[in-house]
Amino acid sequence: MAVKLVFLGKLADLAGAPERDVAGPLDWDGLLAALGPQLAAQVQGEKVKLALDGALVADKAALAAPDGSEIALLPPVSGG
Amino acid sequence: MAARSRCSHPFPGADIAIHVHLVDQPFNPGALLGPFTNAHPGYGGLASFIGAVRADDDVRALELLHYEKMTRPGMEARAEEAAHRFELLGLLVMHRHGVMEPGEPIVMVAACAQHRRGAIAAVDYCMDHLKSDSWFWKRELRGDGWHWIEPREQDHSDLARWSK
Repeated sequence: MAVKLVFLGKLADLAGAPERDVAGPLDWDGLLAALGPQLAAQVQGEKVKLALDGALVADKAALAAPDGSEIALLPPVSGG
Repeated sequence: MAARSRCSHPFPGADIAIHVHLVDQPFNPGALLGPFTNAHPGYGGLASFIGAVRADDDVRALELLHYEKMTRPGMEARAEEAAHRFELLGLLVMHRHGVMEPGEPIVMVAACAQHRRGAIAAVDYCMDHLKSDSWFWKRELRGDGWHWIEPREQDHSDLARWSK
């Protein structure tokens, strides 16, 4: 099993793909390691939010993503 | 039409028809407005707004990206909130995603109520929240390639108008 990472907006450009599967389960440190330095720096910033299976994660550092779950990296929205 | 769309069910106990659609194909606002109007006989006021891809600058196309797990549920929750807040009889929200060309409609909101102020305010409220509090990311195709659109300060002040 794996955890699916979903990159929204311009984070998909940084990641080189809109999605990526990584080995799960995944906590905050595991996510940062899996992302690599450039994306990790983005997700550590206040502006990028995280969602686990469609629900916003209030405390990113407390992330606990089980096998089979989906983590979305959400940069600031830019309007409809 | 190949577009995926779904109607959210009117919530129990309330006689409000709420329709939220997120589609990947062009839509015809005029063709939607007639049936929406006819579905609410006896209304006192109906307001609508249509937003389209502006034909300005060097913009050749606009792409709106969304996140399936959150964008539609967020739109549905916001629509229900608006319907209650402004005591609507009906609310229609139609939104495109994907690649659009100048002149194509992006979004349409129509609200009908007993009185005009509720209908007009509901449309304004829905548009402010769609623009700055919904899970959409936007980029423009110009002569030199794709450019991500960053949030504007104006979007946040537009949204702040509605805080109680």
